[in-house]
Amino acid sequence: MVHEEVILMSSTAKAETKKVRAKVEINEEFCKGCGLCVAACPLHLIRIANRVSQRGYYPAECIDTEGKCTGCALCATMCPDVAIEVFRTKKTEGPK
Amino acid sequence: MERVFSRPRTLLPVVTHYCPGCGHGIVHRLVAETIDELGIRENTIGVAPVGCAVFLYNYLDVDMYEAAHGRAPAIATGCKRVHPDRVVFTYQGDGDLAAIGTAETVHAATRGEKITTIFINNAIYGMTGGQMAPTTLVGQKTTTTLTGRHTELSGYPIRVCEMLATLNGPAYIARVAVSSPKYVIQAKRAIKKAFEMQMKGLGYSLVEVLSHCPTDWHMTPVDATKWVEENMMPYYPLGEFKTPEESA
Amino acid sequence: MTEKLFMAGNEAIAEAAIRAGCRYYFGYPITPQNEIPEYMARRLPEVSGVFLQAESEVASIYMVFGASGAGARVMTSSSSPGISLMQEGISYIAAGELPCVIVNMMRGGPGLGGIQPSQSDYFQATKGGGHGDYHLLVLAPSTVQEAVSLTMEAFDLADKYRNPVMILGDGFIGQMMEPAVFEKKSESNPPAKEWALTGAQGRKANLIRTLDLNPVKLEQHNRKLQRKFEEMIKNEVRVENYLTEDADIVIAAYGTVARIAKTAIQVLRNKGVKAGMVRPISLFPFPYKAFEEVTQHVGKILVVEMSLGQMLEDVKLGVCGKADIRFYGRVGGMVPTYEEIVTETEKFVKETN
Repeated sequence: MVHEEVILMSSTAKAETKKVRAKVEINEEFCKGCGLCVAACPLHLIRIANRVSQRGYYPAECIDTEGKCTGCALCATMCPDVAIEVFRTKKTEGPK
Repeated sequence: MERVFSRPRTLLPVVTHYCPGCGHGIVHRLVAETIDELGIRENTIGVAPVGCAVFLYNYLDVDMYEAAHGRAPAIATGCKRVHPDRVVFTYQGDGDLAAIGTAETVHAATRGEKITTIFINNAIYGMTGGQMAPTTLVGQKTTTTLTGRHTELSGYPIRVCEMLATLNGPAYIARVAVSSPKYVIQAKRAIKKAFEMQMKGLGYSLVEVLSHCPTDWHMTPVDATKWVEENMMPYYPLGEFKTPEESA
Repeated sequence: MTEKLFMAGNEAIAEAAIRAGCRYYFGYPITPQNEIPEYMARRLPEVSGVFLQAESEVASIYMVFGASGAGARVMTSSSSPGISLMQEGISYIAAGELPCVIVNMMRGGPGLGGIQPSQSDYFQATKGGGHGDYHLLVLAPSTVQEAVSLTMEAFDLADKYRNPVMILGDGFIGQMMEPAVFEKKSESNPPAKEWALTGAQGRKANLIRTLDLNPVKLEQHNRKLQRKFEEMIKNEVRVENYLTEDADIVIAAYGTVARIAKTAIQVLRNKGVKAGMVRPISLFPFPYKAFEEVTQHVGKILVVEMSLGQMLEDVKLGVCGKADIRFYGRVGGMVPTYEEIVTETEKFVKETN
């Protein structure tokens, strides 16, 4: 199984390659910017954006530059609009 | 990567009319997940209430009635007596179930009618703009209790679970909340258990869900969830009030 | 197999319903129709049907809504005050285009009233009762035999129009015992109800709703109902013209009062008064045409009801000023005797001659 790799740019413009364990996608068609996901995320990776979506709300967005998301899905669990999908990398069998 | 959380099949991909942060959306998803996991979508018939959830049929992809205010348990009774092998559920708010529909609720419960009721308790009348509900807390301000609910004038809130648990007909009565992820997960378990009770033919099942109403409580959604935990849970304790072992 | 049984009206109606394929009954006790739920409680389990005594008439009518929506032939019954409680549900059933049969054994009113017969729910039955633009198909039997045949027909009519049908009787006809023939129903297989809620197996989910916040759509729905009522008006008028061909004066009456009037007419005829009767059997649709036609040669109509004058207004509409109309009514549970009707008719004839 191939790990997903992501090139991250830090503020010092140093390129880093990191395994990304999980990610969430927030669908702005459904998001009403209620903020329950913001409060639910234990790693505080979600915030309310400073822009208005096509729906007329300030949507939630996940900013995870360091790939910290664990895919716990607590955000999606709270979302009343099922606007969040959660993805996780499958664990590989590998030498310990 | 694999998708580990997504929209259940029974929950239609439609933007809901509910206010941002409303508890209904969470509960709709839990009911839809339950229906999917139990594989009963084509055998389920729902009864929508009068209240914010009157458009339930736009969101859950099952055969559905739109009931008159409070009458869902009677309609569900008529349906279940004709189709005893289908899963019949009602989804009702606090006015629907505990004000105008109290008699229908109590009698469906005491008959042990094999239906499942999902009862959304947000301590207020949402759809009509925030008036007092039978479940409004003492001191709580609403548009018809402007200085807070006074017991001498308007009495005390009803604890539906405790009241129905005194009857022999119910097989499963539980109270849950959806104010934070851990409670949402417990709520899902209770809702699934309630549907399973019906499928086993054990009797009436009801899950009361303490829900948050940011708009009519005049709070942000996050503050509203805190209000549930700080103010509603002390008066409406969570837990299972009736389980089959007791009702035997 | 044709069977002739000697039965009380209430029980005959219940038996007729079962023979018409009704397998679900939800109701609440109220005098003078308790024999209906009691009979159903005994008979329905015998035919694998379901009898359920509800906690109120309100709950009863919504159980009917539920069972009808699930595709079943279903009935309820009550008497005046209980029928008042059902009005909201009846409006919903009509709006949802659901078939069912509702029996009202009228009693003295208003309020809690009395338990003796009356005909004071005519307005409630024919002019609304519940809110909104809808109509019940209303059938008024005059004998136990007629109650049997109209009840059987009512289920077919309800399915045909997807509308509630009311059997409007009174305490008299409910209690009295008469022989009645139960015709074997022709194997009328009602068409499959593809709109019914049975679980969405291999099809799109069905919905039974009555709310539409879009006035354009709601008007369209009302127009659809209107077309149905126009069909009913065209096809379902039922009326009996009794000795009207050579009549000088015609009595207008329905139900129990009509059979009493028949005796009065025989007495009058023996006395040389050429009396006849127009007896509406369908109260909605009302036989306006029958009154229009009879007033082409009859100049006097005596309307007799157990009310303060309700069908009277429909008679006036049908007559349209072309004849003299008088009214004789008894209320509160009092039933007119044939002698009173004879006296009133003779008075009418004398005073206008």
